[in-house]
Amino acid sequence: MPPRSKAVPAPTPETQPYWDGAAAGELRIQRCVDCGEPYFYPRPACPSCGSANVEWFTASGDATLYSYVINHRPAPGFEDDAPYAIAVVQLAEGPRMMTSLVGVPATPEALVLDMPLRVTFEQRGDISLPVFTPVTAGDAS
Amino acid sequence: MSASGVIIAGAAETNEIGRLPNQSTLGLHIEAAQNAVADAGLTMKDIDGIATVSAPGPVQVAHALGIYPDWVDGTGVGGTSFLLHVRHAAAAIRAGYAKTILITHGESGRSRVGAPPFRGDPASPAGQFEAPYGTLGPTTTFTIPLLRYMKEYGLTHEQLAYVAVAQRQWAAKNPRAMFRDIINVEDVLASRMVAYPFHLLECCLVTDGGGALVVTSADRAADFPKPAVHVLGTGEASETPMISQMLDFTESRMFRQAGLRAFAEAGITTADVDHLMIYDAFAHVPIYGLEALGFVKKGEAGPFISEGNTEPGGVLPLNTNGGGLSYTHTGMYGMFAIQESVRQIRGEAAAQVDNPQISVVVGNGGMFATCGVLVLGRQPR
Repeated sequence: MPPRSKAVPAPTPETQPYWDGAAAGELRIQRCVDCGEPYFYPRPACPSCGSANVEWFTASGDATLYSYVINHRPAPGFEDDAPYAIAVVQLAEGPRMMTSLVGVPATPEALVLDMPLRVTFEQRGDISLPVFTPVTAGDAS
Repeated sequence: MSASGVIIAGAAETNEIGRLPNQSTLGLHIEAAQNAVADAGLTMKDIDGIATVSAPGPVQVAHALGIYPDWVDGTGVGGTSFLLHVRHAAAAIRAGYAKTILITHGESGRSRVGAPPFRGDPASPAGQFEAPYGTLGPTTTFTIPLLRYMKEYGLTHEQLAYVAVAQRQWAAKNPRAMFRDIINVEDVLASRMVAYPFHLLECCLVTDGGGALVVTSADRAADFPKPAVHVLGTGEASETPMISQMLDFTESRMFRQAGLRAFAEAGITTADVDHLMIYDAFAHVPIYGLEALGFVKKGEAGPFISEGNTEPGGVLPLNTNGGGLSYTHTGMYGMFAIQESVRQIRGEAAAQVDNPQISVVVGNGGMFATCGVLVLGRQPR
């Protein structure tokens, strides 16, 4: 049996703008026009107030490390990466999302909660996948 | 309003649990059902309602048993589903939709005989926004909130490990438990790392087995061979389909929501609880459960367990069958948590607590996704 490859997301009509944004090198998420609340994951109604009057915007790409595990039992396609971190980051705009951490060792010493991160993108099949990397000193924008 | 008026009249597990390569998922449902109906002194002809999870599903289970029910519930929201079935069955019995309801669980979780394949949908929210990052089941997702909790509340690796140590002390008293050798914190921390900060002994077993319940009205309480177990209060809640969207990684909203409802319905407080089961797919879940239901304050559950309060001889006996960490965990463990509470209330548990009057079961489905809570009692209230 050939080795299985990493999971590739299949966009739906409601999530397509997110993936189009990633392909353009932008982290696009949604917010409610009525109550102003930004939210993730993409969906056609505001989870805070129920309004369908929502819009897309380009997030800053800045985030902090909220929590993670270092996984030693790799998912299909991740065999060469193990052990690897599966992280949840808090975007500067507020919402949280799962991601991978790149450019940093997958060790408890290197991965300190609340460390600043910035979005970057990784190609996965036809999809550009948002991942995050630590912001190093002198790297401030 | 009290939920009393409904009892668990029959309860049993499959003849064996553990590694059962010669029984299919459906076969485990059938054996568990036969054992529970016999435990209630009834026959399948007495059953007029059926509840079980979506695979193989209530239609298949009922048909296999020769039951043509007046009431069907296929609620399938993970390992806590059976607690929701009890809640829904209690409502159905009070509404007059059915008189004698059978709730079944069977799962070839380890041997995968006649079991549905694992598959993820790449177009689902989890398929788009979690799976691409290398998740592989509960060990990689259910576990993610804990580092945030550890940072906020100072839980140590040793305190987390002690959850497994405490539960093994109960399992050591239980001949049906898969793991019975006494362990210490060093053993847990020396076990293989699965997903930091979780070691192998902080993760549940994967086993085969089943269990079933017969639920009916309390006016028949004297009609059965075993002591009636009264359903005094119930609650249910859902929170998130994806661990990344859990509202606060340091507490379970759904545990609190369902627990408050169940305690209010039963008219009890934590001080009334003599025995407690909290679904332990991983060692941190009892910590979240103890705090969400108010048994201890936020941040105190780790020390509460490591100081011995939940082990044999402690003030709050917790997961007295050994739990998912040491007893069994087929994948949907909630049925086994209910079974242990029933045994404790009846006075027939392997590691019997001294005369418990009130037992509480806290179930989890998915990764902090769904919750059911049951308050069970020796007497009606």
